[in-house]
Amino acid sequence: MQKHQRMPVTRSRSFRSSLYRAWDSDLAWNFRHSPVAILASITTVSIILLAVLAPWVAPQDAFDPGAVRLEDGFLEPMDRSPATGMLYVLGTDSQGRDLLSAILYGSRVSLLVGFAAVGFSMVLGVMLGLVAGFIGGRTDAVIMRIADVQLSFPAILIALLVFGVGRGLIPPSQHEEMAIAVLIVAIGLSHWAQYARTVRGSTMVEKGKEYVQAARVMGRPSFAIMREHVLPNVLGPVLVIATINLALAIIEEATLSYLGAGVPPTQPSLGTLIRVGQQFLFSGEWWILFFPSMALIVLALAINLLGDWLRDALNPRLK
Amino acid sequence: MIAYALRSVAQALLVLLAVALIAFSMFRFVGDPVANMMGQEASQADRRALAEQLGLNDPILVQFGRFIGDVAQGDFGISYRHGRKVSDLILERLPATVELAALSAILATVVGIVLGVYTAIRRGGLLAHIIMTTSLVGVSLPTFLIGIGLIYLFAVELRWLPSFGRGETVKIGWWTTGLLTPSGRASLIMPVVTLAFYQLTLIMRLVRAQMLETLRTDYVKFARARGLPESRIHFKHALRNTLIPVVTIAGLQFGSVVAFAIVTESVFQWPGLGALFVQAVQFVDIPVMATYLLFVALVFVVVNLIVDLLYVVLDPRLRAGRIRPVG
Amino acid sequence: MGSSAPERSTRPDMPVPVLSVRKLNVAFATRRADLVALEDVSFDIARGEILGVVGESGAGKSVTGAAIIGLIEPPGRITSGEIYLQGERIDTLPLGAMRKIRGKRIGMVFQDPLTSLNPLFRIGEQIVETMTVHLDISPARARERAIELLGEVGIPAPEQRIDAYPHELSGGMRQRVVLAMVLCTDPELIIADEPTTALDVSVQAQIITLLKNLAKSHGTSVMLITHDMGVVAEMADRVAVMYAGRIVEIGPVRDVLKQPRHPYTQGLMGSIPTLTSDADRLVQIPGTMPRLDARPPGCAFHPRCPRAIDRCRSERPLLTGDDRAMVACWLADSREAVS
Repeated sequence: MQKHQRMPVTRSRSFRSSLYRAWDSDLAWNFRHSPVAILASITTVSIILLAVLAPWVAPQDAFDPGAVRLEDGFLEPMDRSPATGMLYVLGTDSQGRDLLSAILYGSRVSLLVGFAAVGFSMVLGVMLGLVAGFIGGRTDAVIMRIADVQLSFPAILIALLVFGVGRGLIPPSQHEEMAIAVLIVAIGLSHWAQYARTVRGSTMVEKGKEYVQAARVMGRPSFAIMREHVLPNVLGPVLVIATINLALAIIEEATLSYLGAGVPPTQPSLGTLIRVGQQFLFSGEWWILFFPSMALIVLALAINLLGDWLRDALNPRLK
Repeated sequence: MIAYALRSVAQALLVLLAVALIAFSMFRFVGDPVANMMGQEASQADRRALAEQLGLNDPILVQFGRFIGDVAQGDFGISYRHGRKVSDLILERLPATVELAALSAILATVVGIVLGVYTAIRRGGLLAHIIMTTSLVGVSLPTFLIGIGLIYLFAVELRWLPSFGRGETVKIGWWTTGLLTPSGRASLIMPVVTLAFYQLTLIMRLVRAQMLETLRTDYVKFARARGLPESRIHFKHALRNTLIPVVTIAGLQFGSVVAFAIVTESVFQWPGLGALFVQAVQFVDIPVMATYLLFVALVFVVVNLIVDLLYVVLDPRLRAGRIRPVG
Repeated sequence: MGSSAPERSTRPDMPVPVLSVRKLNVAFATRRADLVALEDVSFDIARGEILGVVGESGAGKSVTGAAIIGLIEPPGRITSGEIYLQGERIDTLPLGAMRKIRGKRIGMVFQDPLTSLNPLFRIGEQIVETMTVHLDISPARARERAIELLGEVGIPAPEQRIDAYPHELSGGMRQRVVLAMVLCTDPELIIADEPTTALDVSVQAQIITLLKNLAKSHGTSVMLITHDMGVVAEMADRVAVMYAGRIVEIGPVRDVLKQPRHPYTQGLMGSIPTLTSDADRLVQIPGTMPRLDARPPGCAFHPRCPRAIDRCRSERPLLTGDDRAMVACWLADSREAVS
């Protein structure tokens, strides 16, 4: 326990120490005894590792048009290239891309977009929530109204809209470079409202507490108060939301790419691969669809289960 | 009560106005309407003339007013890509989406409520566990994968159902329906199930949670203490109290089904509004995008309004404008 | 009749008591171990008698009530003991048979009348429902009876009020409605769990008087669970004091209140403010009642007892005394009297 002798006002505990407290508690016990949680987190971490290390682990650079041989297209799993003798563990797609590599690189893109989008929406949402809760009044009403309305629209719609508008605003020559950025913004914008809502609620609670009042009386600028005192205390639920949102973001990216409104075709993510694979559903090249789908399913399930477990474990009412 | 209704309507209009503003902004500021209509080769003079003709130099507020007027009369401009009136495009594809969405909503609600009540009452039972786990998996998976999975199973392997399109449709007035032909009905099955799936799991979990909470209330405890049979407690006392908040959320889901249809329509190449919207995004067809936005907003707002008013009807506590205690 | 009658009756010449509880033990299974909520609780309630059960929060009063009416839910369960209603054993009844008794022969009143009533149904419907489930009576006749009962509990213009919704009535009115619902089947025993705690102070006295009068006029026995000694003084004939899941003292109200024999009861009596008391401050018993998982050996009260002796720390005192009054304290045992 930290004690501050100087100020009568207790400085709110740092985020770090709340993390330690959380670890050393029911939550950790729950985790250790939940096979689902352990399995899910191992899976998630493995996939993330593989994706991050893709450039070194993958047999082929799937995003490099030069590395891909068109003549090697449609090879079945465990076939070798007639020209180079390279082993295609999971087969190749219509362009001759090694599916295993494509999946690894694709997961990389998916995870990149997912994390970035979550980060974006978290920052945006937390900021707006803090402002709304702290300042209150009109600002609060306006922000919350927008959040409410947005929450009633499906995220996909918002993401598509932002993507379309983004496309419209950016000259065609730069479409490809900016696609990922626009995608991140699009997905991020579709999810900020929940953070804002939660943070706003917690901020209002914290605002009434004595140590915040004291800080205000002492003349600390609002921004500093928000950052130092309020922020650490509202971060807990935000993390839970972020975990769940990560799964949502990844699925949303996959969906957008599947629809053709996501990552550019030269940097296919899992969604794009599935889109391509669906064309060959009837003609027998099942692996082009199957393996990317499996990868996406495993990834989505793992993160979702983890998020679900986390939410249940932290929910006081279910105990 | 009247005040409540009026307030709801006013809020609805406000939201519509805000969305209209966004749509207008899209029309006016994203991309260049003049360039889109005239192409790259037109001269400066021609461009300026067109701009004047379109009223692009008038004050913004005037333009917005004109926009509202157009919209109110059903004029949504011309699609950049198709070259046809957007309103025509919308009307053409509306029936496909409405049939899909309506059937999905009904399926999701009915099955969702039934399963939700069942898993709450038989909490801990084997079937309840299976259902809950399946729902968890279902919620984790992206809709398009579920659709593809169904196509694989029923169209490729079993060959029972068609894998894309609406099948044969029958034209009644300006409406086209797939319900009157066998192929039309067969084509509806998988898309409806796919679209309903997510809603169903949502509703089921909601009903279950609500029911469990209701079963923990004091009045249920009191009903038990009065010796009422469990079946009556479940289906009379608990269920009605459960369904009220469920109606709200389920109702709101109805509104969003129309938008969720975007993905399902793409998977099954269903010729509806959702597919139209995706195309519009791909080709940056602003008029279509903006109109679709307006349309979805309208659906939402109307549904929200109905749900708000329905809530008052269902909950006697809200009916009395002021609660007047007696004695 | 079935199983054996209780071993002792409170008064040998009196008829069989309405309620007889013998060495009731209730425990809750948790992750780590079984937590004992009630330990060897025994008492009787005679016909037409009002027994007050007092104690702090967590002493086990509500658990006792729930056990009697058969509403202990897992992870809780009755681990041993017997409960007799008019001499018939009820704790081992199958669920269907217990349901017939619950609400019909034993009624229960809870603390908060607003949440006890289903907000979506009119009060008349809820009263009639109770009657049609338990009694062989037509809905029309039940409705007449409901109106009579509403009048009896003091609701003005019952023919109109019967169609009101719960939120249209005040707290006191609602509790009256609840009483009507409980009385409509003419039960032999009513368990009232903190019936006045959620009400305004001004209304509390009315409800107490009402309950007492109703009990007397219908000949119903009442088990009145409360933490408020004042309510017990007003209403009860006998009182049982509970502490940490056990009864520590039981006897006629006047005796226990005037001359409490258990140190805990003495402490409680010292903490009731009266207009005429000499004390400047309320005497507060230092310390708190032990939690379920932290019960000390021996007498559960000994850590807070100003007069604890060695024996108190190691051996648990049993209830001793005569038919009228019993106490569980080594000090009250005349052989161990402290000078």
